[in-house]
Amino acid sequence: MSERTAGWVLKGTALAAILGCVLSSRSTASFPAQANPKEEFLRVSGDIGRPGGRIVIALRSEPKTLNPLISPDATSREVISTMQADLVHINRATQLTEPALAKSWKVSTDGLQYTLTLRQGLKFSDGQPVDVEDVLFTFRVYLDEAVHATQRDLLIVDGKPIVVRKVDAQTVTVALAKPYGVGERLFDGLAILPRHLLETAYKEGKLAQAGGLGTAPNQWAGLGPFRLKEYVAGQRLVLERNPYYWKTDERGNRLPYLDEIVFLFVPSADAQVVRFQSGETDIISRLGAENFSVLSRQAGNYRMVDAGPGLEYNFLFFNLNELGEKAPAEMARKQNWFRSEKFRQAVSLAIDREAIVRLVYQGRGAALWGPVTPGNPRWVNAAIAHPARSLDKSRQLLAEVGFKLTSGESGEPRLVDADGKSVEFSIVTSASNADRAKMATLIQDDLKQLGMRVQVVPLELRSLIDRVMQTKEYDACVLGIASYDADPNPELNVWLSSGGMHLWNPSEKRPATDWEAEIDRLMEQQLTATNVAQRKKFYDRVQEILAERQPMIFLASPDILVGAKKSIGNFHPAVLEPYVLWNVEQLYQRNGAENARR
Amino acid sequence: MKSPSRLVVCIAVLGALHLGVACAGFFAPYDPAAQDRAHPYAPPMRPHFVDAQGSFHLLPFFYAQELRAGSFDQYEENRARAIPVQFFVTGASYHVLGVLPLRMHLFGGGDAPLYLLGSDEYGRDLLSRISVGGQVSLLAGLIGAGLTLSIGLCIGTVAGFLGGWKDEVLMRIAELFLALPWIYLLFAMRAFLPLTVPPLKAFLLVVMVIAAVGWARPARMVRGIVLSARERDFVRAARGFGASNGYLLRRHILPETASVVLTQAAILVPQFVVAEMTLSFLGLGVPEPVPSWGNMLASLQHYNVLVSYWWMYLPAVAMVPFFLGYLVLASLLQGGDRTSKMDEALGEI
Repeated sequence: MSERTAGWVLKGTALAAILGCVLSSRSTASFPAQANPKEEFLRVSGDIGRPGGRIVIALRSEPKTLNPLISPDATSREVISTMQADLVHINRATQLTEPALAKSWKVSTDGLQYTLTLRQGLKFSDGQPVDVEDVLFTFRVYLDEAVHATQRDLLIVDGKPIVVRKVDAQTVTVALAKPYGVGERLFDGLAILPRHLLETAYKEGKLAQAGGLGTAPNQWAGLGPFRLKEYVAGQRLVLERNPYYWKTDERGNRLPYLDEIVFLFVPSADAQVVRFQSGETDIISRLGAENFSVLSRQAGNYRMVDAGPGLEYNFLFFNLNELGEKAPAEMARKQNWFRSEKFRQAVSLAIDREAIVRLVYQGRGAALWGPVTPGNPRWVNAAIAHPARSLDKSRQLLAEVGFKLTSGESGEPRLVDADGKSVEFSIVTSASNADRAKMATLIQDDLKQLGMRVQVVPLELRSLIDRVMQTKEYDACVLGIASYDADPNPELNVWLSSGGMHLWNPSEKRPATDWEAEIDRLMEQQLTATNVAQRKKFYDRVQEILAERQPMIFLASPDILVGAKKSIGNFHPAVLEPYVLWNVEQLYQRNGAENARR
Repeated sequence: MKSPSRLVVCIAVLGALHLGVACAGFFAPYDPAAQDRAHPYAPPMRPHFVDAQGSFHLLPFFYAQELRAGSFDQYEENRARAIPVQFFVTGASYHVLGVLPLRMHLFGGGDAPLYLLGSDEYGRDLLSRISVGGQVSLLAGLIGAGLTLSIGLCIGTVAGFLGGWKDEVLMRIAELFLALPWIYLLFAMRAFLPLTVPPLKAFLLVVMVIAAVGWARPARMVRGIVLSARERDFVRAARGFGASNGYLLRRHILPETASVVLTQAAILVPQFVVAEMTLSFLGLGVPEPVPSWGNMLASLQHYNVLVSYWWMYLPAVAMVPFFLGYLVLASLLQGGDRTSKMDEALGEI
């Protein structure tokens, strides 16, 4: 079932990619016949739905904020994505850009200037019209250093911020200092903000505090399909249909179909499964493989979908920080091992990735040898070798760098380094993530066979992050990163040696090694390369270096596992965030009777 | 006459159970940490007496379990491959009572894996884990109870015997400890321990903390008895004849507390086993891959395990005879006329 679904999704993606191009060029010029001629709608394809009804979805935690400027966590992002809209949007299914608030855009021949034309008749969810001033205000805010917008870094090209200018009431130009590899993808995720509501807060320097969950519904507006209705602390967040939304279905009906979305706050994954099973919630996402099989096994009134590998990659990395004088001697000794490339390669060769996929993800995942997952076919470097697990080769590599295999007190193998010290270290992992804890336990057993004594230390996530980023008191760590876009750019701060998420050695002043310097160069080059093929060439080389030097030992990527009641129409999960809500405006309730009862 | 014999039976049964756990390595067919990645979540194997040819076997045999194609936790028996039970086989090395190294196991399945109680998510034999895990859990109970009782006895005796402001101060401290939410104290303690403490050492430290927090209740009980014993006529008489404090405590007062201390011990041991299980359940006890009943039960926190694999509940079943034994012991020690029964019981032993 899983293979069939994945195949369907892949084929669907290819087909939709072609369709997407055709549609996007056509939709920019299309005017729905029956609508107000002043309003330029975006017509989207899909099943024609039934208006009305609501869906209930559980969230793992309360969103921290509704403010798109400072959305720090996945939950906030998910909620905000249903309330805001951007100029150009990346279609989560096709992974290609399509027009959104901007009905069309042009790139100058030198690649330095974008001209974007806004749709006519756009209105915020409170009914206020949108004009170019709102767009200018939005970019001013994103670029203002005092605001600390999370998206700011992406708007700085070659050290210089982009410049946005008004041309006429519907048109703006965006000037870049250098050609930008991402192209119009730049505009995805930049929510256009309501100037009439936020300007005062911005002038007072309080913009970051705006958009808290307690905001009164009439004090908050966006251009997304839904708007704020009610928030009950600790229980739920209710959004209602935005009556001014700018998309229609193929028959010209204004979207969204649903009247309401209810987000329930259900803190544990297992409790979410129980609520879904009992029919309390309509859609479940971010499922673990084990809960997915529980739900699949017990046939119910719902459909479970394995959307294939997502973008999350899990990895093991060692502490390669420059600890300087303050480091204890023991740590320095361990770092001598960790810094040896052959040691890291030996560890990588000894890890049974196939077992990780099978035991941790019940086969619903993919083994990884690089950071780009099979869920991202456009960017993955297919030439990267997938060496099979080999303890012999691993032992050989260790012997080459002076490690010796002896036997311990009761005859078990014991690896000692050139100084005769036995190889022992600990792997920290997040206690709240059962999958990663399991991976660490499997790795522990794999490395035992090389004679390494490994302890697995589950830590509360916050203290884990603190150890890795701040105090740097750890030996090795198993973590995962889930990018929100297939493009390499959101990963910049992972791969650049100066990046804060350069986990094995964060925020280096200058690259610690030659190959890190080379990665820095390549990432900068791909950033300004003008065409995708060139960018891909640079990023392929980055993947190659990572596979060779193994600063991170890539383990596995889980499939995106979701489910929905059979009554939900247009349910087409994607492998990009938000997995199930990316087409929330098109979701609808098929069964009117059942819905009316609730 | 009847009760003492019941007491003996009870103590004998408990002793046998403990001896069994102490020699867990022998009864466990496998190394409790050994992963068999081809058999995750294998259900307990069914014993068979009649083979495919219809002939009856006096000794049960088993059929190998194989994963159903395309499944990750559904098994079927391979009727073509029978596994006879072999006795006194050589296998993984272990230590009896932590010192004597041995490789002999009571039984095994030869080349084929034999999971009498099934396997866990890494394909580790549950029977081996339950028996070896009992060592950790019970040791925690015994050490914890021993420590707590010694602290409680000392403080209770001092408070009860000396009385006055010393009594007041000690008892107020005891009340403070009673009011402390010990679980948070343990969280804090565990967070302070460095990462590199070997699992068993970290665990013993934690046990000591539980013991150090738990002394208040036994201390108050001991104090009560000492307080009343101090005023008994024979104690006063002895004091009148010039007996020293040390002599009075040793000869007259402490023996009075024996029944309370023994009963408390029988109650506290299972309590501390539970404390260990709670900690391990919350991920604060012994870490992987060392088994304990608590960290084995911790996998039940996951909904899928709870509804899919019933044999993962078995560690909870394993502790039932121990708890029952201790509770029966406690009620036998407590019931009826204490002193005379204690004398009889001690006499029989």
